[in-house]
Amino acid sequence: MTSRQPVLTVDNVSKRFRSLEAVRGISFSVNEGDCFGLLGPNGAGKTTTVEMLEGISIPSSGRVRYRDGPLDGRYREAAGIQFQSTALQDYLTVREHLRLFASLYKHSLPIEELVELCALGEFADRDARKLSGGQRQRLLLAISLVNDPDVLFLDEPTTGLDPQARRNFWSLIRGIKGRGKSIVLTTHYMEEAYLLCDEIAIMDHGRIIAEGTPDALLAQHFRDVVLELPKDDFPNTGAPHRWTMLETERTVEILTDDVNGAVRWLLEAGASLARLQVRPRNLEDLFLELTGRELRP
Amino acid sequence: MRRLMAVLRARNLEFVRDRSSLGWNIMLPILLVLGLAFIFSGTQRPMFKVAVLTEGDLADELHPFLNTQYVDFFPVADEDRYRVRLGRHQVDMLLDLRQAVPRYWINTQSAKGYFLDKLIRTDPVPGLQGGTVTGAEIRYVDWLVPGVLGMNMTFSALFGVGYVIVRYRKSGYLKRLHATPLTALEFLLAQVFSRLMLIMIISSGVFTATNAILDFPMEGRYLDLFLIAALGAVSMIALGLTIASRVESEELAGGLLNLVSWPMMLVSGVWFSLDGAHPWIQTAAQIFPLTHVLEGARAIMLDGLTLSDLSYNVGALVLMSVVFLALGAGLFKWAPD
Repeated sequence: MTSRQPVLTVDNVSKRFRSLEAVRGISFSVNEGDCFGLLGPNGAGKTTTVEMLEGISIPSSGRVRYRDGPLDGRYREAAGIQFQSTALQDYLTVREHLRLFASLYKHSLPIEELVELCALGEFADRDARKLSGGQRQRLLLAISLVNDPDVLFLDEPTTGLDPQARRNFWSLIRGIKGRGKSIVLTTHYMEEAYLLCDEIAIMDHGRIIAEGTPDALLAQHFRDVVLELPKDDFPNTGAPHRWTMLETERTVEILTDDVNGAVRWLLEAGASLARLQVRPRNLEDLFLELTGRELRP
Repeated sequence: MRRLMAVLRARNLEFVRDRSSLGWNIMLPILLVLGLAFIFSGTQRPMFKVAVLTEGDLADELHPFLNTQYVDFFPVADEDRYRVRLGRHQVDMLLDLRQAVPRYWINTQSAKGYFLDKLIRTDPVPGLQGGTVTGAEIRYVDWLVPGVLGMNMTFSALFGVGYVIVRYRKSGYLKRLHATPLTALEFLLAQVFSRLMLIMIISSGVFTATNAILDFPMEGRYLDLFLIAALGAVSMIALGLTIASRVESEELAGGLLNLVSWPMMLVSGVWFSLDGAHPWIQTAAQIFPLTHVLEGARAIMLDGLTLSDLSYNVGALVLMSVVFLALGAGLFKWAPD
């Protein structure tokens, strides 16, 4: 995977807004055909980073290269972008929006191919203001694909969608990945990042604090698993100190690499294991471990 | 060109499908036509209003002053009430013909009262000779209509384009377009052409309809009139684009557009001629596109001049269009900070 050519190279890039340094000297590369996930809490600098990658915003220092060249007019033709929130022109239908954006590029995919690819057929002639959240995101995805881009940027594309619409969107993205596109994805949904991304970078306070494939990062940071019990079922005696315990409002989690020992102790303490869940540590655990659990301002 | 045409088409579709906006853009000129036709059709309007206190009907024989033209004499009975109305400038003179010796009152703070006072006391000046001129009659309405059409064009150009750009910027639509190969100049030119088409269709329709009712004099060529109007519209749209080039809120845009449009309305000669105005007002008026449109349009309609005779106004409008468009494109900001 790493032998593939980098499509985008970010070299020691920083971005300052007056006294605020939103991005602080980050470096990474996005390889051809990969889905690269950029994760981080609110205000971590993800959107600023993505806007510099998109060529919308200019780095204060450092540089971003596209296939060893600058982000010039050629790049505008090659990049497809879906912003976090995009307004569209009023009173145009889905198909008219696709035609409008297709006309802005030298090379574009046939409109009907986009309609099929993003499952827009049912509402292709509907006023775009009258679409549901999921339908609207599919239209925005189709617009970002209109120029058959080499690199596709998806900035929190499933935020606000219901679980069904989100899964539907994921399958669209998998289809697009199947066409060999390189994707840069930002998301707050760790499940989404795990399912879609080949490589992820976790940002906090303008810096990259972890980078790698999701499985490699999990293996690197965790050897233990999570045993989760409802609070009511957990023994009153308290667990031995060798295990890390996490209490939430309704559950108690035991973090341990000795599952047999933990289960044995729970049985001996008289706990009911009917509702016990054992799961490996996931990206959400890693995210919280690295960025903290406290509420950000 | 393909990109420009695509944005132009999309903007036109948006405008045509926005029924309320389209309706208002059509209704306003129709109301203007009806208003102008109502006010200015028929006989010459009287200049003065004189309330006459009289016992019976108002007959010209009652007093020679009642034969004066362009004065609206009307009988009244309540002296006290009309003295109050005179004080409030609602009538220009109160004339009492109930007694053998007529009396009258004027408001000493009223210019019209001053002239009526002079008129009623007129004595022949020995040795003074008068003369008359003949020629095509130019009514006030003939002079005013280019002004009213120009005013409508100004508001449509400045606000119709300025607000749309700010709305696009605020909603993030401009940011989305910025992510494509579309350039600022292409986007702005599409807005210019879209609004220009609208303004010229509506202005031509209003002119034709008003002309059918009021029958304006047309000494020059309609093509010249159309071209100077189009040039004026382009320069005012470009001015609107420049004003909206960086603004992020509709409130600020509204303030800035009013700041430009109202002085332009006042000093460009929409309602009255600038002849005799203070020289610096006449000089200041030259910076407004509307001044050149109105000077040009009136010269074509009333004096029969051609565009080549109006090279100063045409040159000023071309220069303003280019400068405003270049400024608008140079300062243009796609997304809010």
